[in-house]
Amino acid sequence: MQTEILIIGRNEEILQTVVRLVNNNPEWIGTGAATDEEAIEKFHHHHFDVVLLTNGISGEEEKKLRKIFTHQDADIIIIQHYGGGSGLLQSEIREALDKRKAANKPTVSFTDDALKNAGPNINK
Amino acid sequence: MVKAVLHKANTRGHADHGWLSSYHTFSFANYYNPERMHFGALRVLNDDTVAAGKGFGKHPHDNMEIISIPLKGDLEHSDSMGNKTIIRKGDIQAMSAGTGVAHSEYNANKDKEVKFLQIWIYPDSKNIKPQYSQVSLQTADRKNKLQQIVSPRSNGNEGVTVQQEAWFSLGDLDKGQQITYDIKRKGNGVYIFVLSGEVTAADQKLATRDGFGIWETNKVSITADSDSEILVMDVPMEV
Repeated sequence: MQTEILIIGRNEEILQTVVRLVNNNPEWIGTGAATDEEAIEKFHHHHFDVVLLTNGISGEEEKKLRKIFTHQDADIIIIQHYGGGSGLLQSEIREALDKRKAANKPTVSFTDDALKNAGPNINK
Repeated sequence: MVKAVLHKANTRGHADHGWLSSYHTFSFANYYNPERMHFGALRVLNDDTVAAGKGFGKHPHDNMEIISIPLKGDLEHSDSMGNKTIIRKGDIQAMSAGTGVAHSEYNANKDKEVKFLQIWIYPDSKNIKPQYSQVSLQTADRKNKLQQIVSPRSNGNEGVTVQQEAWFSLGDLDKGQQITYDIKRKGNGVYIFVLSGEVTAADQKLATRDGFGIWETNKVSITADSDSEILVMDVPMEV
């Protein structure tokens, strides 16, 4: 299943570059938004797994966007992208997805439970 | 308690694009290692070799401090702030990408490769006006001592300016030379990258292109086990 990524940034050239780089990965689908209004509109009408905040977003704007997005989807991953190019993009997104996967992984597996429960019945 | 991390040269990521050979100490582009994301504010340490006449075409960056240190050959730089220059061994270049800057870096020579370090550190403030700085330093001034090449904007000391509480120094040490590096700011750590030769830093033996980070200390003792060149990066550990 592909990961849907909403990319928000004020510098049009950098935004288009980041969208293109995200879409180079066949496992990811990137959608760009240059304004908060456009980003909120897209977020309301489409499911995204990750929101990538790129250049030109002030601390206040970031706080507002985080509040709106997490209100609508408590599980949304919101990450800050630095550098504006290919260098860090892959690792930032992969690291966030890995953390999500690790957080969702049950601490005790069904196999562990089964072995634990079977313990007293095992003949040594 | 003093903490340390060792990155041996042969454990770095490597990309070979034909025109570009790049060794990555930290995760970069297609090299992803969750254990190698950054050392404090130091995010990228790329050891690049670019073939004759080739280079990185125009591409954008934002919110990153980008430092280039030529090791061999000449690098032709051009950016959207109107800077067009050639940097050579002894020169240091820094760009604060801030709200956004586009640049290109090409090998200025058609008949020989260029080797340089490309280093990125996280800025301590975002969305600033992009800035460029470049200095030419005398390599003789780093003989058996450290020569400062990067310092924070507030410092005004020698070297190029970055938007972070970070200081970089280069040293060219004769075998047996011992120096002590005093960390410049509480909360900073030091990452030592060996450009050539072998050194011992805080009892850790290091060979060419090894990297060694140490923090929660205020000084580091470095001894040259052979004639050596080192880069010392003093960066905030909290970003």
